[in-house]
Amino acid sequence: MSKLTRRNLITGTSVLALALAAAATPSLAQKKYDDGASDTEIKIGNIMPYSGNASAYGAIGKTSEAVMKKINDEGGINGRKVNFISYDDGYSPPKAVEMVRKLVEEDKVLLVFNPLGTPSNTAIQKYLNTKKVPQLFVATGASKWGKPKEFPWTMGWQPDYATEGSIYAKHILANHKDAKIGVLMQNDDYGKDYFNGFKEGLGKENEKLIVQVSTYEVTDPTVDSQMIQLKNSGANVFFNITTPKFAAQAIKKAAEIDWKPVHYLNNVSSSFGAVFKPAGIEASQGILLALYRKDASDPQWANSPDIVAWKAFMAKYMPGADIRDDGHNYGFSVANTLVEVLKRCGDNLTRENVMKQAASLQGFEAPMLLPGIKINTSPTDFYPIQSVQLGRVKGESFELFGQILSNESK
Amino acid sequence: MGAAKSGRRIGLWLLLLILLVAPIAGSKLGLISNFMVLQLSLMIVYAIAVLGLNLLTGYNGQISLGHGAFFAIGAYVAAVLIDRYDLPWWSTLPIAAASCFVAGYLFGLPALRLEGHYLALATFALAIAVPQILKYRHLENLTGGVQGINLIKPDAPFGLPLNSDQWMYVVVFVVAVFMFWVARNLLDSRIGRSLMAIRDHAMAASTMGINIAQTKAITFGISALYVGVAGALHAIIFEFVAPDSFRIDVSISLLVGMVVGGVASLFGSVLGGVFVQVIEKYADAGARLLSQSLHLPIDIEPWTIYGIALILLVYVMPTGIAGGLAALWGRIRRRSGN
Repeated sequence: MSKLTRRNLITGTSVLALALAAAATPSLAQKKYDDGASDTEIKIGNIMPYSGNASAYGAIGKTSEAVMKKINDEGGINGRKVNFISYDDGYSPPKAVEMVRKLVEEDKVLLVFNPLGTPSNTAIQKYLNTKKVPQLFVATGASKWGKPKEFPWTMGWQPDYATEGSIYAKHILANHKDAKIGVLMQNDDYGKDYFNGFKEGLGKENEKLIVQVSTYEVTDPTVDSQMIQLKNSGANVFFNITTPKFAAQAIKKAAEIDWKPVHYLNNVSSSFGAVFKPAGIEASQGILLALYRKDASDPQWANSPDIVAWKAFMAKYMPGADIRDDGHNYGFSVANTLVEVLKRCGDNLTRENVMKQAASLQGFEAPMLLPGIKINTSPTDFYPIQSVQLGRVKGESFELFGQILSNESK
Repeated sequence: MGAAKSGRRIGLWLLLLILLVAPIAGSKLGLISNFMVLQLSLMIVYAIAVLGLNLLTGYNGQISLGHGAFFAIGAYVAAVLIDRYDLPWWSTLPIAAASCFVAGYLFGLPALRLEGHYLALATFALAIAVPQILKYRHLENLTGGVQGINLIKPDAPFGLPLNSDQWMYVVVFVVAVFMFWVARNLLDSRIGRSLMAIRDHAMAASTMGINIAQTKAITFGISALYVGVAGALHAIIFEFVAPDSFRIDVSISLLVGMVVGGVASLFGSVLGGVFVQVIEKYADAGARLLSQSLHLPIDIEPWTIYGIALILLVYVMPTGIAGGLAALWGRIRRRSGN
C-alpha cells in the first residue's frame, strides 16, 4: 500500500471528483425530481370528505387508492411505486386548508390529486399556486379551474358545471313550451356556477321562466322544506343542483308530496348507489341528466374492454364495495388519467413537468368515458373533458339519447 | 421563602424562553416542519381562547356554550380589515379585542337575567346563529359568503431571519404571555376577588357592596375580548376564514378544553389549548391507526376517540389535567417527605 501523502490525496480526490462528475452528468440530465419523487417512489397527496355531509364521495378516494395499489402490484409507474396519502377534510374548507398544508409541508407530496368539492378547492387554490404545487384534476366542475393564466398549477377534469347547466336550459327551451322552472341549489360556488350557466343558457328574455329558487346549506340536515316550497310555487320543471345526499332526499321528498315535475338532475349526483337507490328506483324514473361516463351496469357496454377491466378491478381490489356507487366509476377513470400523466413524465418528475404533461393530453381515451368523448388539453386549455350526452333514468340504468354535445372550443 | 419565590420566577422566565426558542431552533435545524410550527401556534391561540372562557366560567361561574361566536367575530374583524381595508395585520388585534369586548358586554347585559342553564342555552343560540349570519347574502361583499376570505401570512419585519410561520409563532407566543400576565394580575386584584366572590356566593358578594350586574357584564366583555384576540390571531396565522371554521364545535371544544385542562386555573388553560388542538387533529389519525392495528371490521369515527379520551380524563383527573398534576405532585412530595 502506498503511503498517504498530500499529493496522492489531492490527485486521488480530483480523479474521484472527475469520475463522479462524469458519472453524474448524464443521469442528472435524465432524472429530475421535486419533493415527493425519487428513484423508487412517487408521493401523491389527496383530500376527500370521508366524513360529514358529503361523505358519499368518499368512495372516490378509496377507489383512487385502490387503483394505485393495483398499479403498484403491476410494478408501479416507470418502476416507481406510488405512495397515495389521503386525508379526510369532512367537506370543510378550513380542514382542507390544514390537511393540504400537511400534505405539502410535512408529507412533501409531488402533487395534490383530485381534491374534492368546490368550497375546499377554492380554499386551497391560492396556497397551492403560491407554493407551485400541482392541484391536479380537481373533483369539481366549477368553471374556474381552467384558468392557466391566473392559476397555472390548477387543472379540472370533468365537464364544467356552467356548460352543463346551459345544456339543460337549452333542452328545456326546446322541449317544454310553457315551462315554469323551480331550482334547488347548494348555496356556494358550486351551486351558483350551475345556476349561472343555466341562466345563460335560458337567455335574458327567458329568465322569467324561473319561478322559484330555493337554496340549502351543505350543513343542513335535510331539504324537505325547500321541496315543499318548490312544489307550492307551481313549477312544472325542476332543476336539481344538489350533491348525492341531498339529491336522494329531494327525489324521495318529491315522490312523498306527489310533485311530478320534469326533473333535471346535475351530473355530480348521477349515482345509482348513492342517489337513486336510497331515494327509491321507482321515484327516480325519467330523471334527466347529462352523462360523460359509461354506466357499468348498462348491458350495451358489457363487452367493452374498460368495463371488463373495471369489473375485474372492483372484484379484486374493492371486494364488498357497492358497485352501483358512481364514485367507483369516477375514481377509476380519473385515477387512470393521473397514471397516464405520470407515465408520460418518464424520469422527469418535477412539478413543472407534471403540469406540462397534464396540459398536453390529446385524444386520450380514459377508461369509462362514453364513446366519442376524449380528453384534450393544451397549455391554454385546462378543461380536460368537455363533452356530454343526455340520458334518462330507465329501470336500473341510464338510457342515452341524442348526440354527444361538445364545448371543446372553450 | 423570598429566595424560593424569586427562584421560581427565574425558572418561569427560563421555561418561557425555552418554549419560545426551541421550536424556532428546531425548525431552523430542519427537525420540525413549518406545519408543526403552525400547529404549535394554534395550540397557543386556543390556550388564549380557553383562558378567556375560564375567566367567565371558571372564575366567575357563568357557563357559556357560545364562545365560538366571539372567536368568529375576532377572526372576521381581523380578516375583513386586512382583506378589504388593507390594514396592517397587527393593528387588527386591538380592534378585534375592542369589538369583542363591546359585543361581549352588550350580550352579557340582557343575558344577566339568565342564570346557569338558561345562560348556557342563550349563548348556545348565539354560537349557532353566527355562522349563518356570516353567510348572509347582503354581507357577502364583506365576508366573502360561504367561500370565506383567503389571507396571506405576514412576513417577518426588519429582515429578521425567520420565515412567516416562525415569525407568527413568536408573535402569538408574545401576545399569549402578555394576555396571561394581564389575566393573572387581574385575578389578583380587587376585581378578581369580586369575580370569585360572585361565583362562590352571589348574595354574600352583593352584601359586601359588589355591583353584581356590572361585574358580570364586564367579565363577559373581558372574556369575549380574550377569545376575540385568539380568533384574530387564528385568522392571521391560518390565512383563511370561512363560516364553517366557526361551527358550534368550536364552542364545545373550548368548553371541553377548559374542563380537561383545569377549571379556574391559568396553567389549566394552557393545557386546555394544547388539548383542543391535539385531540381534534389527531383523533382522526388515531381512529385510523386503531381500526387498522386491531383489524376492526368497522371504521371508527374520529369523534369516538375524542369521547373515549374525554371519559378517561374526567374519571382519572376529575379536576382537569392541571388539578391532576398538582395532586400527583403533592403525593410525590408527601411520600418523599416521609
